[in-house]
Amino acid sequence: MELTRRGFLKASVVGGTVALGFDVSAAKAEMREFKISRTTETRSICPYCAVSCGVIIHTLGDRAKNVKASVVHVEGDPDNPISRGSLCPKGATLKDDIINGNRLTRPKIRRPGSDKWENITWDEAISKIARNIKTTRDKCFVATNAKGQTVNRNPGIAMIGGCTDTNEFNFLQWKVITALGVPYRDTQARV
Amino acid sequence: MVMQSLEIRRSSASVWGIPSGIRTLPTVSKYIDTSTCIGCKACEVACQEWNDLRPVQTTQTGTYQTMPTLHPEFWNLIRFNEQNYDGGIAWIMRKDQCMHCDDPGCLAACPAPGAIVQYANGIVDVNQDLCIGCGYCESGCPFDVPRFHATTGKMAKCTLCVDRTTVGLEPACVKACPTGCLQFGTKDDMVVLGNQRVAQLQSAGYKNAALYNPAGVGGTGVVTVLAHGNHLDWYSLPADPHVPILTRLWKHVVRPLGMVAIAGAVIGAFGHFTKFGRKEVPGSGDSGVQPPPA
Repeated sequence: MELTRRGFLKASVVGGTVALGFDVSAAKAEMREFKISRTTETRSICPYCAVSCGVIIHTLGDRAKNVKASVVHVEGDPDNPISRGSLCPKGATLKDDIINGNRLTRPKIRRPGSDKWENITWDEAISKIARNIKTTRDKCFVATNAKGQTVNRNPGIAMIGGCTDTNEFNFLQWKVITALGVPYRDTQARV
Repeated sequence: MVMQSLEIRRSSASVWGIPSGIRTLPTVSKYIDTSTCIGCKACEVACQEWNDLRPVQTTQTGTYQTMPTLHPEFWNLIRFNEQNYDGGIAWIMRKDQCMHCDDPGCLAACPAPGAIVQYANGIVDVNQDLCIGCGYCESGCPFDVPRFHATTGKMAKCTLCVDRTTVGLEPACVKACPTGCLQFGTKDDMVVLGNQRVAQLQSAGYKNAALYNPAGVGGTGVVTVLAHGNHLDWYSLPADPHVPILTRLWKHVVRPLGMVAIAGAVIGAFGHFTKFGRKEVPGSGDSGVQPPPA
């Protein structure tokens, strides 16, 4: 295309008018948008130490049917009485902990004598745990003590609750493990 | 847009739009108590997470300090320092970041219109769209804060989480701080809090405790409580920060003179054209008339 002198002048005038007419003042005042304004908030507990700070997990999307949610941000929960929104440097990294490719997301087993972990399904894991509990209980169950008093205890198993378990969860696992007759049990029931 | 932008109090290299709005907002401020900082670096991590900055490769050099100095992808650094004090040791931890000066040297030095702005609430921010990456703000900053990012070709620094503060939240670092040595509120409240803490420290034996809020830059949007206020070098803080004289000279004298010179040249050229017309080379045949199209 050959650009004539007249055409060039016309283009300059039109282009200049368009450029001047476009108000850039709004763009100048723009700042970063608040990135979690429409995320889904889920309250949780930091998994690291026994302080058990509260965290809010911000998830992409509004839980609509066609959205594949993923964690975009994690920060402290200001309504949690333990930490009131503050976190330590480990807790502050939780987002990267959740989206990390090395995160453990399914049960694994290292069989006796084996030197490696293998993936199993949840059904297999639960069946195996149930089988082991039953076997251990049958083998170790003590119905009466030396004086002949009924004790019905099962000293072959111990239970330790995790520090980030909620009181409600601790109540349930306490009930279950008591029903099995396990005397060695501990929870950190305060979260 | 999901939110209204903050009005601008001051804008770099701009004559227009200062200020851009009529609303007056309280200046927001961050309070740092170096005497209760435990150096846990939760603020460093919270800053990286909120601003989606990736971890920077670091080298162990025999200190707890994450890296020697600020980095374009690391805006918040706890500076560790050990000094002999009172027969023992003073273990200094000072949060290094943008001070959000009331009279920002970076903004004064910036030649790109609107690239560095001071919002109505006092926050000093770099507008990435308008930044030309010249690096003049580095030389204008008395605290050595802005950093040039080689990949984006723009400057980067702490924004005081302007996206959070605009919608009424505290900056990410302040929220994370587990000891409460970081606090957030209006500048007035933070100064009151700082003076209270300084008095407490002085009555506890730290006679030289001081609040760092230097007047040379009009006060800073980040006020810092120092237990050893007579040893600013322990904290890597300048004793009397101010905008460099050369920056002032350039912006307030040389630059306006240059504008006048350019305008004079244009007017002179126009005057010459109207009085004497175009220059015609005798015998060249160039009469300035376009030949008719073929």
